[in-house]
Amino acid sequence: MSYINKPKVAHPSLPTNTLGLTRRQYEGSMSTLCAGCGHDSVTAAIVEACWGLALQPEQLVKLSGIGCSSKTTAYFVSGSHGFNSVHGRMASIASGANAANRGLTYVGVSGDGDSLSIGVGQLVHVIRRNVNMLYLIENNGVYGLTKGQFSASADIGTKAKRGETNSSPPIDPVLLALTLGATFVARSFSGDKAQLVPLIQAGMRHNGFALIDVLSPCVTFNDHEGSTKSYGFTREHYHAAVEADFVPRAEEIAVDYSAGESIPVSLHDGSRVILRKLDPTYDPTDRSAAYAYIEQKLKQNEYVTGLIHIDETDNTEFHNLNRTSKTPLNKIPFDKLSPGRAALDKLMGRYR
Amino acid sequence: MPSLIAEASRVNDFVVKFANVNGTGSASANSLIMKAIFRMGVPVTGKNYFPSNIQGLPTWYEIRVTRDGYAARASHVDIMVAMNAETYSKDVRELRSGGYLIYDSTWPRSSLLQRGDITVIPVPLAKLVNENFDGVRNRILLKNIAYAGVLAALLDVDLDVISGLLSESYGKKPKLLDSNTKALRLGYDYVKEQLTSPLPLRVEHMEKTRGHIMIDGNTAAGLGCVYAGATVGAWYPITPSTSLMDAFKGFCERYRVDAETGERNFAVLQAEDELAAVGMVIGASWNGARAFTPTSGPGISLMNEFVGLAYYAEVPCVIFDVQRVGPSTGMPTRTQQSDIMICAYASHGDTRHVLLFPANPEECFYMAVQAFDLAERLQTPVFVLSDLDIGMNDWMCPDLKWDDAYKPDRGKVLSKEEIDGLEKFYRYLDRDDDAIPYRTLPGTSSKAAYFTRGSGHNQYGGYTEDSAEYQVVLDRLKRKFSTAAKYVPKPVMIGKGNSAVGIVSIGSCDGAIREALDVLTMQKIEVDYLRVKAFPFNSDVEAFLKTHATIFVVEQNRDAQLKSLLTLETAVEKTKLFSILSYSGLPISAQPIVDEIRAKLAEAPRLTAVPR
Repeated sequence: MSYINKPKVAHPSLPTNTLGLTRRQYEGSMSTLCAGCGHDSVTAAIVEACWGLALQPEQLVKLSGIGCSSKTTAYFVSGSHGFNSVHGRMASIASGANAANRGLTYVGVSGDGDSLSIGVGQLVHVIRRNVNMLYLIENNGVYGLTKGQFSASADIGTKAKRGETNSSPPIDPVLLALTLGATFVARSFSGDKAQLVPLIQAGMRHNGFALIDVLSPCVTFNDHEGSTKSYGFTREHYHAAVEADFVPRAEEIAVDYSAGESIPVSLHDGSRVILRKLDPTYDPTDRSAAYAYIEQKLKQNEYVTGLIHIDETDNTEFHNLNRTSKTPLNKIPFDKLSPGRAALDKLMGRYR
Repeated sequence: MPSLIAEASRVNDFVVKFANVNGTGSASANSLIMKAIFRMGVPVTGKNYFPSNIQGLPTWYEIRVTRDGYAARASHVDIMVAMNAETYSKDVRELRSGGYLIYDSTWPRSSLLQRGDITVIPVPLAKLVNENFDGVRNRILLKNIAYAGVLAALLDVDLDVISGLLSESYGKKPKLLDSNTKALRLGYDYVKEQLTSPLPLRVEHMEKTRGHIMIDGNTAAGLGCVYAGATVGAWYPITPSTSLMDAFKGFCERYRVDAETGERNFAVLQAEDELAAVGMVIGASWNGARAFTPTSGPGISLMNEFVGLAYYAEVPCVIFDVQRVGPSTGMPTRTQQSDIMICAYASHGDTRHVLLFPANPEECFYMAVQAFDLAERLQTPVFVLSDLDIGMNDWMCPDLKWDDAYKPDRGKVLSKEEIDGLEKFYRYLDRDDDAIPYRTLPGTSSKAAYFTRGSGHNQYGGYTEDSAEYQVVLDRLKRKFSTAAKYVPKPVMIGKGNSAVGIVSIGSCDGAIREALDVLTMQKIEVDYLRVKAFPFNSDVEAFLKTHATIFVVEQNRDAQLKSLLTLETAVEKTKLFSILSYSGLPISAQPIVDEIRAKLAEAPRLTAVPR
């Protein structure tokens, strides 16, 4: 249970990052999710990603809504502030928090119910607002806490544990984000840590809104025969089109990539993403082509994974458009905010 | 002498009402007249009765010239400027006996406008304007300035003052200045040449507006947010609160943009709805910015869920509710005080919230600042309950003042150094025994980190489903609300305090009540008046309720919401409270208050007995 604190004592031989911190120091409280839940693997990937980035724990802000997925922000990086808000409305909390302090790294964790049903309006608008954050959807096609109702991401024809068949079309968060002009859109699978960790790192470093849809099976309510979000089905049907390697700032690119198949993309902070195209016809910088490709593969029952779309040339990030001061708004001294008595006295003339 | 019974002299004491069509530019002509009278040193109020529409529907503007400086709407009209043929019959009916009707006689309507007890003043405005100006839109706009000229002549408004105002408005656009001046003279000269002027109702220079301004409450509140150091504003457009954010943004563009870099020390987020708007405010406040949202009743309804989260997770948050008539289309541009209950207990579960009740634009400015101090001190949502009358109408107020010694009360926020000095940080622990815990901001340090939850948490900030642990937090929140009564502004008492009869009211009823008190005093009826400025009610409110035998609760809603709140939250006996209610959508006026109090006291003289 989450109120049992995990011991933070680390064995001296555990590897440390450049801050001298071990992976254990990026963990959170004990998960209360079911054994084998895909979400716990995502949590582990976030821990690995933060450790690998050598992120100061307090520089991270964790945000979530309500649901199994939203609980997970308590299970990683206990040294950072977290906000488990209300159902489907994490995006607005994130928008406000980010407006107040542009200097921190914001990670939102949500689920398919939280983001695609009750919170779809807020998801749409946070993308449109281009708030600088990483938004993870732990997508399992069902409501877990309320015991297995279909969510809006359930595929047509998928079967519930009790046997009913879903007939409503799914909302695909990847296609949705592409439509809305998101500049970082990825899909991954909770069972593929090697793919997921660099995506999370790149998403955290992307200057603008980054969405990762993570297929994350629900072992209790949606891991049976006939479900299109089970471990078995996902493993068989996911299709990596483009893998991403994350290269932190100041690190040399060590691997030799053959030209034509790999594309280096420089991120805002000087780090880089090396895109390795597994399908040579795929171009992740072309949004329309990416959309067509994903849609076509979906028709063939294939979930395309990897860094589906990235555009680092875009400059519509919220603060950039707002021309917000570089100093975070919550750190500007009061005397620079309040115009003072003389200004008010002068202003009164306008109202006579 | 109070104007309710002032019949003898009509100098600087009368009401002019303009009946217009919305979208025709009449507002600038109407405010030109009002401002000119104000500049002549004569107190005025301006009330705008406008439709929820962009162009073509009837709209009215009412200027009350009041040498006594009353802030309320008068319940009569002395001069009607009837510029909307569609509403002629209603407008003619509204005139008080002995009044004057001015209309555009380009199309004579003598039969329609006939009433034996009024004077009709025909002026061929369209004809005058059409002969002198080209262009349809131009003619429509300038016809308004022409009737301003007519009024200037009839009321003896100083032409130099009006010219001064026009120069200020159009100083940089000489063509516009010329055409406006010409239109003004067309109306003015026509009256001087063809009619008898001035009327017995007229304006004379006074010295009663020095040190005062004409300002609306939304502008004042937006300015207050700037002075309070608010940096994040989030909102969804809704009448009548929109102009509050417009004002905030305008002032920020003036005061908060770095001249060299163009960098802005503020962020305004236009949200997708009010749910998101308040979420943004909570997120920003949680992260250490002073943040606010302006809205109105329907927005409050949508914000309810999040408000409960902020209450329970103890996140500061400032919400301006510029109240209007209830749901959606039809009457949203009319005023009311009908969100008292929904704000006091907003959200699900056990919640009670701090409310501030400004009575005029001046208080909107100061209470905006207070709201942030209270929200951060108490770590809870604070509602500022203004209304459409305060928010959107121009009121005469004393100049707004600022003390440069003011330091914002950011409440109990621990710095990194303070956290370093602690063995461990516990978010919801009552360390000071005042029911207010300490908080930390994201980014401070790992040791300062805590997990904010809407779900059950114990006093250490940890997750809990334990009844006892949950109740500890819930009970402390109740104590915190009682503590709030010590921080909120005290009520204002007017009167000797020893009368058996009292009035209790809030907000924009103030002007009408003060005027009613003057009339009652002349009629030898002594009444004490208590204006409540905040909820929770403090001991002064309790004392007033206890020491008065008969109490009239004056408010602008149908269901007596303030009275309900008083009976729920104080020890007052329900049977000694009598409601005086106004919920027509028009601002309350003094006459009904006087009438209802007199009627009630006449009906039961024992009500005036001083309690033992």
